[in-house]
Amino acid sequence: MKTIRSVFAKEVTDNFRDRRTLMSALLMGPLFGPILFAFVINLSVKQSLSDASEPLDLPVIGRENAPNLINFLESNNINIVDGPASREEALAGVSNGEHDVVVVIPESFGKDLADMIPATVEVITDQANRQAERETRRATRALRDYGQELAVMRLTLRGVSPLVMRPLNIDEVDVSTPSGRSAILLGMLSYFFLFALLTGGMNLAIDATAGERERGSLEPLICLPVKRDHLIFGKILAACLFMAISLSLSLTCFHFSLKFMPLQELGMTPNFGPLVVLQAFLFLVPFALVGASLMTLVASFTRSFKEAQTWVSVVLLAPTLPILIVSILMVRPSTALMFVPSLSQHLLLVGLIKNEPLNMLHVAVSVGGTLFIGALLTYLCARLYRREGLLG
Amino acid sequence: MIRVDRLHKYFGEIKAVQGVSFTADNGKITGLLGPNGAGKSTTLRILYTVLKPDSGTATIDGVDVVTDSLAARARIGTLPHGSGLYPHLTARENIAYYAKLYGMPKDTIDGAVQMVIDQLDINDFADRRTKGFSHGQKTKVSLARSLVHGPQNVILDEPSTGLDVMATRSLREFIRELKRAGKCVLFSSHVMQEVAALCDEIVIIASGQVALHDTADGIRSATGCDDLEDAFVKAIRMVEPVA
Repeated sequence: MKTIRSVFAKEVTDNFRDRRTLMSALLMGPLFGPILFAFVINLSVKQSLSDASEPLDLPVIGRENAPNLINFLESNNINIVDGPASREEALAGVSNGEHDVVVVIPESFGKDLADMIPATVEVITDQANRQAERETRRATRALRDYGQELAVMRLTLRGVSPLVMRPLNIDEVDVSTPSGRSAILLGMLSYFFLFALLTGGMNLAIDATAGERERGSLEPLICLPVKRDHLIFGKILAACLFMAISLSLSLTCFHFSLKFMPLQELGMTPNFGPLVVLQAFLFLVPFALVGASLMTLVASFTRSFKEAQTWVSVVLLAPTLPILIVSILMVRPSTALMFVPSLSQHLLLVGLIKNEPLNMLHVAVSVGGTLFIGALLTYLCARLYRREGLLG
Repeated sequence: MIRVDRLHKYFGEIKAVQGVSFTADNGKITGLLGPNGAGKSTTLRILYTVLKPDSGTATIDGVDVVTDSLAARARIGTLPHGSGLYPHLTARENIAYYAKLYGMPKDTIDGAVQMVIDQLDINDFADRRTKGFSHGQKTKVSLARSLVHGPQNVILDEPSTGLDVMATRSLREFIRELKRAGKCVLFSSHVMQEVAALCDEIVIIASGQVALHDTADGIRSATGCDDLEDAFVKAIRMVEPVA
């Protein structure tokens, strides 16, 4: 116990004096998430708001073929601009991204309308272009509205009620709450927090293993009359402390920066008050043991600080994997999933942000399971440190 | 007292140590001399319990290094080859950290640390962070660190490598002081002159075997060479197959 305490105290002092550790633990990790998040939020707010209010510039070929349609479009906040000279040029222009969408009105348009033949209007677009999707939808909707208006006029002329055309009245009822909607975007938050946590202890985990070997301070250290297990426990605990500091800073940082994000405009009211910060810290922090022992384990295999950095960076990405899979498969939280570290933290955090009641069984399984896996990894580290080949 | 009995250590195909036996007494300086790759470091590493021998035994003050490695380690102060310090800690903190790990009582640590700092004459830079220390300063701090608990046995693996004349001199003087205090000092080197200048007993190792174990004069007469370097070369040839 005394050895563990001495090693822990030394690693903490040592690393508080190390600019690299301080940068990653106290600056990079905690700030990276909120800054990136604020950037993404602001961008998406800008996009979704700019949408309906700003006029859409729509290139049209053959506008002279359908003056009424053009008038209709212009009254629908669509700015008609001259399109490319020909249909072929329009196809080329859309496929190389010069235009997002081009509408082609053929010469036969007026005649077809008069003859009651469905008149063709071409909307040229690239489905793979995400940017064009919204503009295309707007153009198509406007064209359809025009068609609807013509149909209503035709029916009315013949003395038929336009309601004949609407046998169904489809009404979507959205039950998602404002905080529920925000959860989709805030779902990626859990990764930021886990990332902040891991970066906090990364440098220490490397320094305490590969760094120590590279410096040549490992051999005299293991010549001391202490158990190697205790040395490694002290080091892992110190890494856990830095991870916890980084996590708490990250959460606090986020709590304050949310106030400056225009989330209300997106219809989101994230639940991130002081109590949530505290709860989130409590069930995220067990992950520090998994992170610290995993990094120590990985770094123990490497020969130098540089090599360790490369491999340990991979560990930084590891927690994304379960989160990613679950986000794609849209899995609901279940007790079994709570055994998976990083995933269980993610699911609990999302539930918390959605303002759902905490399932205490889930919390218990998550904390217990994560600590168990952390202990297992720590044991593996200790085993590794007992090996003769440790010095390389 | 350090006693080594028929040690063997293999790394796969390579036979690093093949039946090394010798005794290093208290109040004497014993030099382990041999060319690079002769098995000096491996022998010393077995003694300070970082490696386990494949066969044979070694004891420190009668304590077996394999079966009771913790107690054996407590009886030695070790300076492994190329020992590193913690650059963000001061020299004093580096030494105190080891004192804590040696399990010294808390109230005695400060005094013990100051004592080795005085002994090794490193007061000038004791409270500076060790980042940027010269090689000589680092060696002195490493030595102080490994001797802070006042061990009876001192094992130094090539301590003088890379030191300048002045630093080598003060290191030798310090080793002689350890001898005067009745300690058992075992150190390795590949420089004959250094070993001859310092040691009471010389163990010449080549190809993982003891070629000769004697005083400097004894080695001269055993090999029939007046010049120590010639004697060294001749002794090595005794065990090494001539290529």
